[in-house]
Amino acid sequence: MTTAPHSRPASNDVKGSLFSRFAAATEIDTRLLGMAGALLLIWFGFHFYGVLVRGEGFFLTPRNLWNLSVQMCSIGVMATGMVLVIVTRNIDLSVGSVLGFVGMVMGLLQVEWLPPYLGLGHPAIWIITVAVGLSLGVLIGALNGVLIAYLAIPSFIVTLGGLMAWRGAAFLMASGRTISPVDSNFALLGGGPYGSVGSTGSWIIGAVACAAIIYGLFASRANRRKHDFPQRPVWAEAFMGAFGCALVLGSVLVVDNYFWPKGIVKKYIEDNHLTVAPEDLFIAQGFAYPVLILVVVAMLMTVLMTRTRFGRYVFAIGGNPEAAALSGINVRWMTVKIYALMGMLAALSAVISSARLTSATNALGQTDELYVIAAAVIGGTSLAGGVGTIYGAVLGALVTESLRTGMVLIGFDTAVQNIVVGLVLIVAVYLDIIYRKRTK
Amino acid sequence: MNTGTPLVEMRDISIAFGGIKAVDHVTIDLYPGEVVGLLGHNGAGKSTLIKCLSGAYNADSGQVLINGNEVEIKNPRDARSQNIETIYQTLALADNLTAAGNLFLGRELVSSRGFLDESAMEAETRKIMGRLNPNFRKFNVPVSALSGGQRQSVAIARAVYFNAKILIMDEPTAALGPHETQMVSELIQELKTQGLGIFLIEHDIHNVMKLCDRASVMKNGQLVGTVNVNEVTDEDILSMIILGKKPAKAA
Ligand SMILES: Nc1ncnc2c1ncn2[C@@H]1O[C@H](COP(=O)(O)OP(=O)(O)O)[C@@H](O)[C@H]1O
Ligand SMILES: [Mg+2]
Repeated sequence: MTTAPHSRPASNDVKGSLFSRFAAATEIDTRLLGMAGALLLIWFGFHFYGVLVRGEGFFLTPRNLWNLSVQMCSIGVMATGMVLVIVTRNIDLSVGSVLGFVGMVMGLLQVEWLPPYLGLGHPAIWIITVAVGLSLGVLIGALNGVLIAYLAIPSFIVTLGGLMAWRGAAFLMASGRTISPVDSNFALLGGGPYGSVGSTGSWIIGAVACAAIIYGLFASRANRRKHDFPQRPVWAEAFMGAFGCALVLGSVLVVDNYFWPKGIVKKYIEDNHLTVAPEDLFIAQGFAYPVLILVVVAMLMTVLMTRTRFGRYVFAIGGNPEAAALSGINVRWMTVKIYALMGMLAALSAVISSARLTSATNALGQTDELYVIAAAVIGGTSLAGGVGTIYGAVLGALVTESLRTGMVLIGFDTAVQNIVVGLVLIVAVYLDIIYRKRTK
Repeated sequence: MNTGTPLVEMRDISIAFGGIKAVDHVTIDLYPGEVVGLLGHNGAGKSTLIKCLSGAYNADSGQVLINGNEVEIKNPRDARSQNIETIYQTLALADNLTAAGNLFLGRELVSSRGFLDESAMEAETRKIMGRLNPNFRKFNVPVSALSGGQRQSVAIARAVYFNAKILIMDEPTAALGPHETQMVSELIQELKTQGLGIFLIEHDIHNVMKLCDRASVMKNGQLVGTVNVNEVTDEDILSMIILGKKPAKAA
């Protein structure tokens, strides 16, 4: 992924260490392996810290991993959009405040504005709310884009202004109140016992994902044969398939072993007039809806970036804006579209995080912009432009959120968390610079 | 010598940047199957003039006529739709894209479902590069990994691939060795016989004498004059470039 979004190194002419031959044969980007390694280090580090200090590992438990998966969604969704912004040599500091503002508007909409007309709990409320929220996000993003592209105001300034202005606007909307509780259907989008697909659903999703992985491997092999491009060795294909499926099924196993809390089970038994004892009823959570939203967003964004003209232009603008313009690409209009997309994703994150909190607060999304940018950059998006991947940004979000959750579990307070994440960001970028120099 | 309607006429073109008149009331033309050299010192305004034809700049005043009809070229897209292709002095390549990515930039081949057809674009790129630069192998790396000559051949391939009728080449051999320069010369001659009109910005006076039918000389944004290359000597042209005056005998 270093640069060309579709580089395809020939696999059979690489010598060197076992590791580099493995990476070449499987065509796994070594930087991805590095990030996966860092992630495992963080996970096992926190886990064994717990084992050693408290006599009990608390990180690698279904409960924590499930929570981690939900917690990273809001940042992860926005990070996929931030990749496009940064690849085109811009920045968006306003995403956290846009999230807060859109969240507040959506909160008011479903709690105060719509119910008088539709009635509390009307099934259309969440749909209207989400639709209005996403549209608002698009509009705000497009406004950023217009100011940056057509009035030539630096993106840093436009979005720094937005960072302050939208936070202030969110406060004014509700005069500083916290708006809650959100519509019960809307709340499902934030996860939780009811906002998850359950055991059966998770296994179905897992099976479909495995089938898709295997189909994808076969399809790419057939495509390469058709065009006489070099094939990956069969063992590498088999490894990729097995590894991908193991990863998918492993996560299904994890979410299938995190059960509804006792209180909710009790209520469920009462509501359904069951006769089992709450201690004997185990209902698995399965994948939470926000996780599925993140996965779908990441897949769509990957397709957008690697398979469409739009994505190609994003990379071209990042690589050489002048060349892009001379090739007939409307760079300004592209910028507007990219920011509009970023705004929509910030609104989607507003849905996820306000649904998770079941309320819209003034602090919703505060400092998120920093974590989103950190996620994209840790995930290999270059601030010099032209380089970045969606999966990298999602992994970056997972890394920063793992650090955050781990430190919370250990009992570090926010101040220390900020110091650590800040240092990790700097170190990650430094390692990235070294990596790029080496691979040039 | 040339009769009939010119393929391109740039009439009375002017463009200024701040106070600098980069191009000052310049008129040039180009006929099918003809190579017109654009000469002049650095900063004379050659690149700026052709950028008014390629859509990179919008002239402050003046007209552009294609086959006798006035056209408006407001952006590079307009120029491309008039079958005008340009090799820029800066090459204008996106360093992070592959050769195929650059060749098809802005004109990507897509499948029936609207997705990029990478395989087809790479196959086409292999074909055209096989013709222009048979030693070229680096199809799967970003062009930042290419040598100057290889980059230049990608830029040339991009201009030639799309069946241009009007070709603008701004110092196309600047980064090339003698062998590659020879290949570009042959390419220009081949394209000329196919009936293309070519504006060639070139510093090497021998190449000008060999390749061009006419030469237009600029100095300080103004046109010094246009001469038929076979009616003058290289010294005549050099003195036009240096002194900014047309030789008396080639009026
Ligand atoms: N975008 C621009 N902004 C300001 N000045 C420019 C710009 N482009 C060209 N110029 C000026 O126009 C003049 C002609 O430049 P150019 O056309 O590049 O010359 P040549 O190609 O003949 O060497 C120079 O003085 C140059 O500085
Ligand atoms: Mg020039």
